[in-house]
Amino acid sequence: MELILVNLIDGLVYGLLLFMLSAGLTLIFSMMGVLNFAHASFYMLGAYFAYQISTYMGFWMGLLIAPVVVGIAGAGVERYGLRRVHQYGHVPELIFTFGLALLIEEFVQFIWGNSQLPYNEPAILDFALFSIGSNDIAAYKVFMIFVSIGIFLALLYVLTRTRVGMVIQAALSYPRTVENLGHNVPLVFMGVFGVGTGLAGLAGVIAGPQLGTFPGMAILLGSIVFVTIVIGGLGSLWGALVASLLIGWMTTFAASSSFQFADILLALGMEKPAEMSESALRDLWTLTLPQIGPILPYMLMVLVLVVRPYGLFGKRDA
Amino acid sequence: MRKTVKLGLGAALALTVSASSLFAENIKIAFIEPLSGFMAGTGTSGLHQYEFAAETLVNANGGVLGGDMFEIVAFDNKLSGKESLVQLQVAIDQGIRFVAQGNSSGIAHALIDAINKHNKRNPDDLVMFLNYSAVDPALTNDKCSFWHFRFDANADFKMDALTDVMAENEDLKKVYIIGQDYSFGKAVAAAAVSDLGNKRPDIEVVGNELHPIIKVKDFTPYARKIIASEADAVITGNWGADMVGLGKAILDSGFEGPIYTYYAAADGITATFGEAGKGSLYLVGTDQLNPPVSDRAADYITAYKTKYPDGDINQARIVNVVEMLAKAINEAGSATDIVAIANAFEGMEHDSIWGSKIVMRAKDHQAIQDIHISEHTDEGAVFDYDNSGYAPVVKSTVKMAGADSATTCDMKRP
Amino acid sequence: MSDTTQKTAVRPTGVTMSMALPWLIAGAFLLVMPYVFTSNSAITIMNQMAITIIFALSYNMLLGQAGMLSFGHAVYMGVGGFMCVHIMNYVEDYSIPLPLPLLPLFGGLFGLGLATIVGSFSTRRAGTVFAMISLGVGELIAACSIIIVAFFGGEEGVSGDRTMGLPFFGNEFLQQIDVYYLISFWVMLSALLMFLFSRTPVGRMANAVRDNPERAEFLGYSARWVRYYSFCAAGFFAGIAGGLFAISYEILTAENLGLLLSGEILLITFLGGVGFFFGPIIGAIVFTLLQTVLSLQTELWQLYVGALFVATVMFFPGGLAGVLMMHVPAIRLGNAKLLVVPYIKTLIPATIGILAISGFIEILFYSRHAPVGETEMTVFWTDIDTASIVPWIVTVGLALVCFWITKRNAPELVETWHRANAIDGGKA
Repeated sequence: MELILVNLIDGLVYGLLLFMLSAGLTLIFSMMGVLNFAHASFYMLGAYFAYQISTYMGFWMGLLIAPVVVGIAGAGVERYGLRRVHQYGHVPELIFTFGLALLIEEFVQFIWGNSQLPYNEPAILDFALFSIGSNDIAAYKVFMIFVSIGIFLALLYVLTRTRVGMVIQAALSYPRTVENLGHNVPLVFMGVFGVGTGLAGLAGVIAGPQLGTFPGMAILLGSIVFVTIVIGGLGSLWGALVASLLIGWMTTFAASSSFQFADILLALGMEKPAEMSESALRDLWTLTLPQIGPILPYMLMVLVLVVRPYGLFGKRDA
Repeated sequence: MRKTVKLGLGAALALTVSASSLFAENIKIAFIEPLSGFMAGTGTSGLHQYEFAAETLVNANGGVLGGDMFEIVAFDNKLSGKESLVQLQVAIDQGIRFVAQGNSSGIAHALIDAINKHNKRNPDDLVMFLNYSAVDPALTNDKCSFWHFRFDANADFKMDALTDVMAENEDLKKVYIIGQDYSFGKAVAAAAVSDLGNKRPDIEVVGNELHPIIKVKDFTPYARKIIASEADAVITGNWGADMVGLGKAILDSGFEGPIYTYYAAADGITATFGEAGKGSLYLVGTDQLNPPVSDRAADYITAYKTKYPDGDINQARIVNVVEMLAKAINEAGSATDIVAIANAFEGMEHDSIWGSKIVMRAKDHQAIQDIHISEHTDEGAVFDYDNSGYAPVVKSTVKMAGADSATTCDMKRP
Repeated sequence: MSDTTQKTAVRPTGVTMSMALPWLIAGAFLLVMPYVFTSNSAITIMNQMAITIIFALSYNMLLGQAGMLSFGHAVYMGVGGFMCVHIMNYVEDYSIPLPLPLLPLFGGLFGLGLATIVGSFSTRRAGTVFAMISLGVGELIAACSIIIVAFFGGEEGVSGDRTMGLPFFGNEFLQQIDVYYLISFWVMLSALLMFLFSRTPVGRMANAVRDNPERAEFLGYSARWVRYYSFCAAGFFAGIAGGLFAISYEILTAENLGLLLSGEILLITFLGGVGFFFGPIIGAIVFTLLQTVLSLQTELWQLYVGALFVATVMFFPGGLAGVLMMHVPAIRLGNAKLLVVPYIKTLIPATIGILAISGFIEILFYSRHAPVGETEMTVFWTDIDTASIVPWIVTVGLALVCFWITKRNAPELVETWHRANAIDGGKA
């Protein structure tokens, strides 16, 4: 019981982190039609920039400055790269971001090398806030929850209560009309791209100390973010939130369960083979749920797409 | 005058003929490791250690066979089996007969397989595989090859040594085993279960878990399970980002017992754990830098750190590879007769700069040597890793670990 | 990919000389190559190229011809390859009289089999749905490769021995060169079949479905079935590539199924150019050279490859083939010679400028990572001393000067370009 409560909290932390990444991506995707493959690379840039800043000015300045720098870099990429490629169609755009992801990874290795970076939690948050059973809940995790929720509320407010948000929502559905009304749609695009990548950068800043800061961190998280927004439904902020939390809890509970597939096989009336190495199903007999935890989201995505191609909350085709 | 003509001709030939074995003053060792991509740090560090060892221990002492120098030639395998085989072919074409590789047992399997086939199909052009790090026990058991020599202790030996030390701890009642879901992770888990069962049947294995390799983003749920199982100690063979993620998650969740690891050091890992890992992280391995065993070892490390201030000697056995290869070539009296060199390796005894005696066991080509259990700490860390002030410091040693261990190797000799 | 321009004009049936010529040249080229590059490593690299060519062509059946973006195409090559290694081992264990040259066919059939299953639900929609399903399926099967050790062999993969089959006219395929001719045969055959497929009604309809699925539906064709057939055919040829991989390397590992390879083939195909049948061939050749040869020269090869891709997408979305084919109108008009001088005046300084920049990057990289006290390195066959300021100034200065010249001469090139492509050669 205690473990379930702990898992709920951990899943929430991971899910909200995913949300910070997927919120920006889903906005960018639905507005510009760009599958931004470099999104996770901006997340990585966030962590690296923050590490660099934190060595001079401490963690908190890194938290403030790094996302802004990443956002500006993102806006620059939109302005000078993506906008140029946009005229060729969506596939070249995607390949552009693909190549960009490669370049960013190489850039990071060029500057900071290939090793793990000692980017750690600030000392002020490096303690156990409370314990459930014998499991400590680190103060930093609670801090992550608050930051993510704060970002979500801010996004929701901007998108639904402000003029800029209205323009963005309108530009999502009817870019031409919005342009004819005299709004500068390219500027909106650039802004959305900048804010989206900035959010990814922020996620990197706060996740770096928890999940590790190393050149593979972008690839590790890259495709799962797509899975999230596709399951949630493209363009839907609520969908991104629900899917993020779903995936967060799903992977967390899968990892902490001790379910064995042998139980299913036994329930099906099969006999456990005496000589395991001779059985063609030997891998199934020893398989446990934690072993396949990280690929569950992909299964879910394929299922969702086959049954409901517009995702859980989407209104139009992916 | 005549000399310059010769030189000019030589240069022209060198440009046109790719097989530079024509100028066989240098004995080339192909170093096939990831030098690009995100495992490049480990590869580059190994390359530097090879170059430094060859330079200071062999070439500076006049080389082998009365004047032939060692030359390390780097090939980037991008951590891919396919690329490793392509680069192996390139190396063979350059007339290189010694291949050094160690990162990833999967690639070691691919290489051993390819070298077996190459040597069978090209008996005039034999190649030898110097494995300095790949520890999958199968490489010196079922898959053993006459052309392969392993200088690191294999995963079973290390676990044997580790459980020897663990068995002495009377407070240890419950152990949790977790590792990456692939051959090495499974080998570690299997060895841990059987060794603990033999030595301390009263110790309960409260968890035996595999997680997908390089796929887990957040290790916290695994850590929670470990804590909930009330384990006193954790054993893991994780490396790289999986090691950091798992270790941090376990420590953050409030685990206080020891975490016994294979690879929780250097390449940024020591610096990342820093103070948090002190007193918790233990390493099992053949390397001993701290405390330094002799002035010679200390001088060697100091010289290396002077040359590479950001680097570390994190694969100290590389020195043994280079020294023993030089010895074998001198003994065989030839740098091209691979069979003779292999025979010279078999049963070779060597006093390592790191204090251990090393015996290359003839029946499976597995080096028998001391295995140490080290603690991640800043006390007594004379030579720290990652310039962090911390390093593994040897706490206990098992002499000539695994010397009488059995092997299933059925060596096919030429 | 609505902007690709593939020739769709109907030609008279029957083989004409002009149609057969490129194939004859390619065949002769393949026969001659081993005499030019005789070393084993060169032949290994050429084998790798040939395998990548089939794989890239098969990928382009999806991306270029049917407009389907796949993130999991490696799976079909991998599964075909794994089956071939298993068959190789059966041949060895049970002495089955199977000549090695037939093996790739089985790889193709298993690739086809998997594609018929996956395609049955993934091709119902095009666009992002298809792309994401391919990503999901790719990730699932890649993950299985680690979990289902019985079939995929776990991390170390499955290896076999190609020489154990029935000797093929006395040949046991001991050496790379024997394998080279086997692979060459399959490359020619597969490429020809894939080309002919693109000329069948299904292949033509794939283009139509790519460009405008609604109109194709109105004409009475099921867009879904057209996509399905293309998908299955692509799976078949990917499987053949896998079978050849099994023969060439005699081992298949988890990386053969991974997303990395799937992404790589997307980049290769795009680099070559998706709009032309021969585009992926160029891409495969260039990329294999970059991967195996450039990586011997510099640790930063991925940086350059990444930059090349980004530059290609930004400036030449038609890929390398597109750049080549851009010149066809000018050549047809007999104006190609007009372009020679402006090309020399812009491209040579531009190339030198790019090389100077890469030289600068190499020097920077070296000086950051070199051991203390070592400052001598070799860049472009020149020994330099990174401690002195000269090489830094030379590379930067050279780059600036060259780019200035390029920029100055570029308008002339643009103007000549327009003239060369005008009917009257711009004389009017």
